Amino acid sequence: MSEPLLTVKDLHVHYGGIHALRGISLEVPAAGQVVALIGANGAGKTTTLRAITRMLKPTSGTVAFQGSEITRLQSHEIVALGVAHAPEGRGIFLNLTVKENLDLGAFLRSDADGIAQDLERSFTLFPILKERFHQLSGTLSGGEQQMLAVARALMCRPKLLLLDEPSLGLAPQVVERIFQVLREVSAAGVALLLVEQNAHKALQIAHRGYVLETGEVVMQGTGKELLASPEVRKAYLGE
Amino acid sequence: MKPLIALRSVAPLLLTGILVALVQGSLPDYWYFVLVVAGINIILAVSLNIVNGFTGQFSIGHAGFMAVGAYTAAKIVMSTRGLVSTGAGEQLVFLGALAAGMVTAAIAGFLVGMPSLRLRGDYLAIVTLGFNEIIRVIIENSEFLGQATGISGLPKLTTLAYVGMAAAITVMVAVRLLQSTHGRALLAIREDEVAAEAMGVDTTGYKVRAFVIAAALAGLAGGLLVFYLQLCTPKSFTFIKSIEVVAMIVLGGLGSVSGAFLTAAVLTILLETLRGFSEYRMVVYSLLLIFFMLGRPAGLFGTREIWDLLPRWRRKAAAGGAP
Repeated sequence: MSEPLLTVKDLHVHYGGIHALRGISLEVPAAGQVVALIGANGAGKTTTLRAITRMLKPTSGTVAFQGSEITRLQSHEIVALGVAHAPEGRGIFLNLTVKENLDLGAFLRSDADGIAQDLERSFTLFPILKERFHQLSGTLSGGEQQMLAVARALMCRPKLLLLDEPSLGLAPQVVERIFQVLREVSAAGVALLLVEQNAHKALQIAHRGYVLETGEVVMQGTGKELLASPEVRKAYLGE
Repeated sequence: MKPLIALRSVAPLLLTGILVALVQGSLPDYWYFVLVVAGINIILAVSLNIVNGFTGQFSIGHAGFMAVGAYTAAKIVMSTRGLVSTGAGEQLVFLGALAAGMVTAAIAGFLVGMPSLRLRGDYLAIVTLGFNEIIRVIIENSEFLGQATGISGLPKLTTLAYVGMAAAITVMVAVRLLQSTHGRALLAIREDEVAAEAMGVDTTGYKVRAFVIAAALAGLAGGLLVFYLQLCTPKSFTFIKSIEVVAMIVLGGLGSVSGAFLTAAVLTILLETLRGFSEYRMVVYSLLLIFFMLGRPAGLFGTREIWDLLPRWRRKAAAGGAP
């Protein structure tokens, strides 16, 4: 068995005096796997993603990608290794057009042919983006912006994609569409690390899930196991 | 393709140079002066726009970089006087001195930029303002730089043709930057710094680069100014000058090269024509600024360019750019 794609070991993060992550360890086993992080508000889901891509500095702990440690790298260097992060709140460049947003997704690439191919793939995944191609992205609806955020993150041809609440504030139909695309993307070999409030949806597509509570992993298992677990059903699925 | 790009870069420069060289002889002195000042303000506004408009960092110390460039150039020319004959030799020294001024201003931009660009918004504004004041105080207390009286008796080497070419270079740098991947990275930082970092943009590196480019061009403007006034004094580079440039780019629309260009030219000329109102001049000027900001809060062109507003061009771009 080869090394896992991403290994997080004993990650601690402090916000000033607040101990936000208390030793998180998790793994994304291999390409094409979907791992879901679920938990209530303030459990440390977003913080975990940010610590992985070094948008904030962990107090201690290590992150390894494809067997080599990336804990000391800067964010943009981590992106260059093939880890894309679609941050919380979409992070769309509102005063730029859809095209400019997608171009920026491919910022670190210089293979024009490959970029054109991936652009076509984005249009296949989200046909609406083709229609809106020359529009300012600030004029897009919330759902369209989320589609753009996912498409943009895929433009760097990542091996691992970190997604922070892709379903937040969206209509059920749009959520369906986004999750369907996430399935297609993972089937195409991209590993996903998914942070979600919508535990039900996330665990359905997840090969593996972690439940976070106040900065600690309190439960883990396959998506199916967690979906079936009475504690999870009670706490996160409203039963 | 390659020679075409080279032509596109050099042609506007040559064209401006030749055009202005032809015109400048027949201009009345007054208009010659107004156009020189307008040209220098265009360089300042368009270059500051790279930091404040493209990158979204709020710098209000542009006059500080002007001062660094101006004093460097003035010192170099004055210390080589008598060594070179007037004429071609002097021109050469002058151009070299301007280039040296750009380099020292760029270094100043780098030194200020490195530690302070981790700051955002108002904090950065305060640091740049502080830098502006530090430069002024250093000059006023330095015997070598002529203290508050400055360096006088500079030869009049700046011509309208030089100013025109420098303005053309500045506009070209800004426009080409805006259309490049690097310019896109700057815009991404302005829009959302976290997301820009997530795209793989080295945000600190790009902010410093924007600062260095803008500072170098400000240094050039400073050099040109003092060799027109024939006097290099700290009074030309106060905080008021920095704010004047900020007002120009805010009015033109932060991020719009054509907006910065137009407002720099119009405001300079306006300020000169208002001289007829003598003591009410600044009142009228301020009122105009206020009314303009009320009418168009996003500035003349917002973040877009004048050519984006021409329907024919836009349609062509949309038709040609779609995959």
